[in-house]
Amino acid sequence: MHEMSLAEAVLQHIEDAARRDSFHQVVAVWLEIGQLAAVAPDALAFCFDAVTRGTVAQGARLEMVTLPGQGWCASCNAVVPMSAVYDACPRCGGHPLRVTAGTGMRVREIEVAG
Amino acid sequence: MCVTCGCGETQTLAAAGPAPTHAVHAHQHADGHWQSHPHEHEHEHEHEHEHDLAVAASHHHDHATEPGHRHAPGVRATRRVQIEQDILAKNNTYAQANRQMLADRSILALNLVSSPGSGKTTLLCETIARLGADQVAVIEGDQQTSRDADRIRVTGAAALQINTGKGCHLDAQAVGHALAHLALADGSLLMIENVGNLVCPAAFDLGEAHKVVILSVTEGEDKPLKYPDMFRAASLMLLNKIDLLPYLNYDVSAALAYAKRVNPALKIIQLSATTGQGMEAWLTYLREGMAATHAARQPTVQALQARVTELEAQLAGRAK
Repeated sequence: MHEMSLAEAVLQHIEDAARRDSFHQVVAVWLEIGQLAAVAPDALAFCFDAVTRGTVAQGARLEMVTLPGQGWCASCNAVVPMSAVYDACPRCGGHPLRVTAGTGMRVREIEVAG
Repeated sequence: MCVTCGCGETQTLAAAGPAPTHAVHAHQHADGHWQSHPHEHEHEHEHEHEHDLAVAASHHHDHATEPGHRHAPGVRATRRVQIEQDILAKNNTYAQANRQMLADRSILALNLVSSPGSGKTTLLCETIARLGADQVAVIEGDQQTSRDADRIRVTGAAALQINTGKGCHLDAQAVGHALAHLALADGSLLMIENVGNLVCPAAFDLGEAHKVVILSVTEGEDKPLKYPDMFRAASLMLLNKIDLLPYLNYDVSAALAYAKRVNPALKIIQLSATTGQGMEAWLTYLREGMAATHAARQPTVQALQARVTELEAQLAGRAK
């Protein structure tokens, strides 16, 4: 995935919030990243640090909360955990699994000063 | 090229000036939680950058003993601001605007994705020749040159080129601009030929009805396993260049099986843009899609026409 575009998009959310809420410094940023989302967390951290230089979010601590992946197994008739998009069912070994959770990437909240 | 995320250097990164070299590392806690913070590190960089990668010394409120702090040591007036938004919410908003505009005009839009060299542009030229140049408009995406848009225009169809520069995928905002400048006929077909890239375009909604992934038989059969996000994002896969099969050791059934494993709902059509084999199935898919797009719009059109009639009657009544 394109982590630089994602980091820029996160910064835009922050700058939009800064205009609405009038703060001057971001201390921390919480992202929720699904386990099945197409993003590499360390690449995202790298890019976030790069794009926030000289901005209200410079130096902010980036916290990435991983949300678990889940999928529906038609053979088991149940929702099962998934850690990769083409995983086989951990119970019965069947595939394909239909992904039901874990692909999202969200900006949850930020901690600000000023 | 950046080895971390595979992109070209973006021009927006400015040199941070003389500063101790810091490296930013993200590490994972036992509960799967990632945290990043800058810290000093001796680090060998394997790749070249056009800009200074040094992280400017960050101002952390945690270091209460640093000189120059205006507030009392240990006291930090901070508050939480909820955002609760998809990271790509802005792109999705532009994409939805594109989608609405296209639906309003009964235009079927397809986002063609693949590796570079799979035969997308040739396939488009052959498709236009068979469907009719007045039925198709094309948005071309490449890092540089307008060569692909020029090739399309030779067929008589309208084409507009977007150059992404360092960028590796089209985004909805750029496509929205292109839509405003392209001659589009109601009820026609819009083909968006994305930048040749099996990774990044997968996550960027452009407002299309479907993503169509094009794989050619000169690539490995296991491409779907290696690039699952793209094959999962697509509704249709075209296996192109099948005229070359006699000269290759390509296992078609393996390729189809890998594709279905990653995306069981994926429709697959095998074809050759150069010989015409399989093209009829592809054209049927397009014609059926265009008809469905038109049919989906009809209830809205009828409702609007009824409303116009009603308003005209009201106006006629008031004029008396």
